[in-house]
Amino acid sequence: MDSLKPKEFLKMNDITKLSLLDTLKALEENKFSKAELNEAYLQRIKELNPKLNAYLKVVEDLQGIPVAIKDIICTQNIETTAGSKILSNFIPQYNATVVNKLLEQGMGIIGKANMDEFAMGSSGENSAYGVTKNPWDLNKVPGGSSSGSAAAVAADLCVFALGTDTGGSIRQPASLCGVVGLKPSYGRVSRYGAMAMASSFDQIGPITKTVGDARKVLEWISGPDGFDSNCNEDRFKSKDLRFKNDLKGFRVGVPKEYFGKGLDSGVEKVIRKAISKLEELGSEIIEVSLPHTQYAVAVYYVLMASEVSSNQARFDGIRFGSKREDFGEEVKRRIMLGTFALSTGYYDDYFAKAAKVRNLMKQDFEKAFEKCDVIVGPVSPTVAWNLGEKMKDPLTMYLSDIYTISVNLAGIPGLSVPCGFSEGLPVGLQVLGKYMDEETILNVGEVYEQNTNWHEEKPKL
Amino acid sequence: MKYEPVIGLEVHVELNTKSKMFCRCSADYFGAKPNTHTCPVCLGLPGALPFANKQAIEDCMKIGLALNCEVSEISRFERKNYFYPDLAKGYQISQYRWPLTINGWLEVENQQGEIVTIRINRAHQEEDTGKLTHQDGVTLIDYNRSSVPLVEVVTEPDFHDTSEVRDYAKKLQQLFRYLGVSNADMERGDMRLEANVSVRPEGTKELPNYRVELKNINSFRFMVAAIEYEIKRQIEALEKGEKLNQETRGWDEDKKQTFVQRSKEEANDYRYFPDPDLPLIEFTIPEVDKIKSELPELPWQKLERFIEDYEISNSNAKILTEDRKTADLFEEAVKLGLEKQIKPQQIANLVVNQKIKLASQEDVLQILENIADKKVDLIEDEGELEKLAKEATEENQASVDAYKSGKKGALNVLLGSVMKKSKGKANTDKIRSILEEKLK
Repeated sequence: MDSLKPKEFLKMNDITKLSLLDTLKALEENKFSKAELNEAYLQRIKELNPKLNAYLKVVEDLQGIPVAIKDIICTQNIETTAGSKILSNFIPQYNATVVNKLLEQGMGIIGKANMDEFAMGSSGENSAYGVTKNPWDLNKVPGGSSSGSAAAVAADLCVFALGTDTGGSIRQPASLCGVVGLKPSYGRVSRYGAMAMASSFDQIGPITKTVGDARKVLEWISGPDGFDSNCNEDRFKSKDLRFKNDLKGFRVGVPKEYFGKGLDSGVEKVIRKAISKLEELGSEIIEVSLPHTQYAVAVYYVLMASEVSSNQARFDGIRFGSKREDFGEEVKRRIMLGTFALSTGYYDDYFAKAAKVRNLMKQDFEKAFEKCDVIVGPVSPTVAWNLGEKMKDPLTMYLSDIYTISVNLAGIPGLSVPCGFSEGLPVGLQVLGKYMDEETILNVGEVYEQNTNWHEEKPKL
Repeated sequence: MKYEPVIGLEVHVELNTKSKMFCRCSADYFGAKPNTHTCPVCLGLPGALPFANKQAIEDCMKIGLALNCEVSEISRFERKNYFYPDLAKGYQISQYRWPLTINGWLEVENQQGEIVTIRINRAHQEEDTGKLTHQDGVTLIDYNRSSVPLVEVVTEPDFHDTSEVRDYAKKLQQLFRYLGVSNADMERGDMRLEANVSVRPEGTKELPNYRVELKNINSFRFMVAAIEYEIKRQIEALEKGEKLNQETRGWDEDKKQTFVQRSKEEANDYRYFPDPDLPLIEFTIPEVDKIKSELPELPWQKLERFIEDYEISNSNAKILTEDRKTADLFEEAVKLGLEKQIKPQQIANLVVNQKIKLASQEDVLQILENIADKKVDLIEDEGELEKLAKEATEENQASVDAYKSGKKGALNVLLGSVMKKSKGKANTDKIRSILEEKLK
């Protein structure tokens, strides 16, 4: 590749397939221009977005490296709807911190990615602007709520995307679309400018083509900004990018609670195989326990909905947005649930109790991490399901987040790495780390990635 | 049956910090063009987040410490959820279960001139709302005030007459100004009072099962009038066997009566919960001690010191310590006066009797010069003072009666009369003791 002249390079390569790191390198070597890069992506979007509905808006800016931004993240002078009808005409007057940080790195916004309304949903079907399709099978859901972000990366409609993860909304669609998704530790990345769903859970993170890309993007977007009080002082700086290519000395914890009832046998097989691969690469596999896992969904739905009910109150149609009747079903359901849980006479039984159990779940992880460096397991109990399959039954939909929400309850980082296929659909391996230790999960993920070919598989579109 | 009023006070004070409570906008909005001191945060735009103003939290702590409160080791911001167009986020960031400072007290004077202790439940930190203006059938919203820092000081229901209420409110206003944390101007809305008023049969101890909240009253005088009206109204209602309701009332100054603003049925459930956007507020003991040690001399401490050190009367000391500047200039005058053999009492009497406004160094020098040159002759002669006192009491029989029935404040009317007659030249300390002796 290095010896190729620019023209030959373009002829020989589909540049939309390049990872972020490879794109940066190629640009540095003048293999192609930013304009050529953008044109290639815009051409592909033109062809494929009508099928996939990954973008709500495409921005023809030829200046930067094309990035998709989940539509819940504010972009100055560019419509930001959060997938909701209530914000169909909303144009933010400011950029989210992450957007400014990316622009400073020479990135450009190629489009605003579709999503479940206000990030509430696990299938992408709650968007007021139509469902996003899974690039691997157009009859399947892409996962959610960062549905458009994951689909756009999987279909090579952007170099990488930003998503938000409140209960699995980065990792689960990444898993279902066969790409890399990183939910950083709570407080690693400023939330300023990302419309709040549940403020003590929300975290912005990258969805990328490789683990190395996720590492790079996290370096760019992390760090304090003086706007998010919960943002950690330390910017993520990868210590050593030339880490060794095996996992000798790593202790990998496998929680028994993540392999019980509800886990699809095809998915389990793929995950077990991936764990064997980690062992083969030199790591020590240790069984760990996260005893409060069974309460995760209940605790999450009380606390998350409570925060949602308060966060959604500003959508009163006075200063921006349309009327509250325009809220979708799922949003209304959560507002009602949260309003109830916070009401006088119920606070202690619901919110206060759930907050206590949340602490226990945090301790579960702390104890488990005394024995291991990372914890691995499935991201989603199943592969992508049929469009419409779970829409009638919210509870079944909620249970699809069972392996991801504990991570948000605890505030720790989590990575989804492609690790195989079941029924022809991608499966993601979830790698969890200690609070603020993204470095280790990225290292494990990257060693795994370099010793497998899953990330090179592309959907046939 | 005799009834006893039970009153609790909530005082809101807007802090004069440079920036707002949770954003970088200027908090000095008074007189500014509407909606010019705004940003995504105080407009409650989607995606915006609060970032706490450390100075405001320290100011709140100063207020709490000055009111003998304990600083909570851990406190937190909480959300008070309710809808109102002036509330940009749909919730106010306030404190409820975890206030910054708790369990204080302040001594005030009651109608009989006795000292009573008012327990202070808390001084907590919160943010102000925007401001609505209704004109020509439309409502305009100005968010310049949105998120300006507010401190709320809440008492226990320990007040039993309006003299206590007035003294408490005045003392708080004086304290805020001494601490330099607020201009505490009632008319500008820097300082706002709310009173909870109910009455119970005298001798009973339990709290009545209702309370009337008096709100949106923007002067000490109107507040006192409203409370007095309420006490009367409630006693009359109870005597007629009527049941009193939990409600919010306002004050109609034209009709001189209170009126219902909101009944209990319309009360909000605020659904308080810890604000997930803001970290815990934690202070170490040394940090609290440091702030405590940096508190200025408080008005009541200064008052006592003036009486003790300068041997001046309580009433003179009160006037001289009303604000920090006057007190400082008085002390400067005393210091310079010593060299000229001028006594502190002479300076105090002159300033008080002639209502001299001490505003600058020149005022200080002028006073000393006047005293040194004997340009001012205070009436010190006992006989002459006796005569003035006699005239005053004869002309103000109502005040004499009031004083004798326990209303010690009535003495001021008589003092004022003497001062008028003497053109401000009577020695106040002496005339006061003569009057007190006469009215025994």
